[in-house]
Amino acid sequence: MNMQYIGSLLQGLWGTVLLSLLTFLFGGLFGLVIALARISPLRVVARVTQAYIQFMQGLPLLVLMGLCFYGPSLMGMQSVNPLFAATLAMTFYAGAYLGEIWRGCLEAVPKSQWEAAECLGLSRWQRMRLVILPQGLRLATPPTVGFMVQIVKNTSVASLVVGYTELSYNAKVLNNTTFQPFLYFGLAGLLYFAVCYPLSRQARKLERKLNVSRR
Amino acid sequence: MSAVVELKNIHKTFGTNHVLRGVSFEVHRGQVAAIIGQSGSGKSTALRCMDRLETIDQGELTVCGHALHDPKLDVKTLRRDVGIVFQSYNLFPHLTVEQNVTLAPRTVKGIKASEAREIATAVLAKVGLKEKMSAYPEQLSGGQQQRVAIARSLAMEPKLMLFDEVTSALDPQLTGEVLRVMEQLAKDGMTMVLVTHEMAFARNVAHQVIYMRDGKVHESGTAEILRNPQTPALANFVCAEK
Repeated sequence: MNMQYIGSLLQGLWGTVLLSLLTFLFGGLFGLVIALARISPLRVVARVTQAYIQFMQGLPLLVLMGLCFYGPSLMGMQSVNPLFAATLAMTFYAGAYLGEIWRGCLEAVPKSQWEAAECLGLSRWQRMRLVILPQGLRLATPPTVGFMVQIVKNTSVASLVVGYTELSYNAKVLNNTTFQPFLYFGLAGLLYFAVCYPLSRQARKLERKLNVSRR
Repeated sequence: MSAVVELKNIHKTFGTNHVLRGVSFEVHRGQVAAIIGQSGSGKSTALRCMDRLETIDQGELTVCGHALHDPKLDVKTLRRDVGIVFQSYNLFPHLTVEQNVTLAPRTVKGIKASEAREIATAVLAKVGLKEKMSAYPEQLSGGQQQRVAIARSLAMEPKLMLFDEVTSALDPQLTGEVLRVMEQLAKDGMTMVLVTHEMAFARNVAHQVIYMRDGKVHESGTAEILRNPQTPALANFVCAEK
């Protein structure tokens, strides 16, 4: 084992973290839109969104990744940047799941809260923003961070399809060179854990903090 | 005296359940009307119709000059004139007492933070909870929460206050503190419609008592009807509620 190999793993780790962060950002924004659209009073919007979620839940991430990487070139666009393709696929994927998680959390806020806000004269958007979303957010924290851990681990799929250099990809390359699968996949596993464990801990902390008024 | 609330032959159906079967009555400015009756008599539904939490199927319903049977009704202006307090308080758990009270004045009326704070202080003083401004709802007793809910409605300066069984979830002692606040409101001349099981309160405070049965007004009049019911049904009901 030499330092060059360790450096390669750390470089891969950066690739994993970068793709994860981009997914949190874009998947989160997209997920919020999905969640709001899913409970829209406009039936058509709610239906289309539901269909989208069901489609995404039935599609393996691997296939989705392939579609995002090869799809554009089939439609005549020139070679697609692997990070772009991976982020696009992860956004579609995370948006659908986060949207469904958050819809559940928004709907878990009692109906009487809507009514109280409505009777005070708040518009639908004010009710959502000032009364429902803050309470839904509190409920959403544990499952959301739980899913963020899934996202971090699922970025490894990007290596299989689009050749994006992240942790699993570099571990595989190192194994091919050194024939020491246990060592390098083991190290990769430790690095994944090093990212995911603080995330889970943070989730528990956040949960306690947000629950301060519901102790 | 002008009618603040006027129901004319109101009908309301939930699925196959005909809840309101031609309800008519009026409530005048500065008056307190108590709607009483068994569970399922339609009294809460009638009240909820007045704030358009339910739409009516038939009849004419006018509240503070707004025609609720008119499809072109501006719900927003209706809600500015009408305040409602619920059995389960429905305070916003993520906001402090002060934020609960100032939320609507600030967002709906666009009142500045400092002014809204003054309003909050005033209405909370009225319900005897000025010192609880920075508490969260769950740190308060049920009676205190309900008084905050009343203050939250008052902060919008409604012309009419609706109370939907506001003491039903409270023990007798806490019920007393809420009823005292409501009694004071009545003395201040607020027009109030309340659905209640508190017969003593209806007898002492209400100008008008409406006894509902099977989706209709079975008997109505001054609070005197609670002492001398004219129909056997009300006599039975008054006996049972004692």
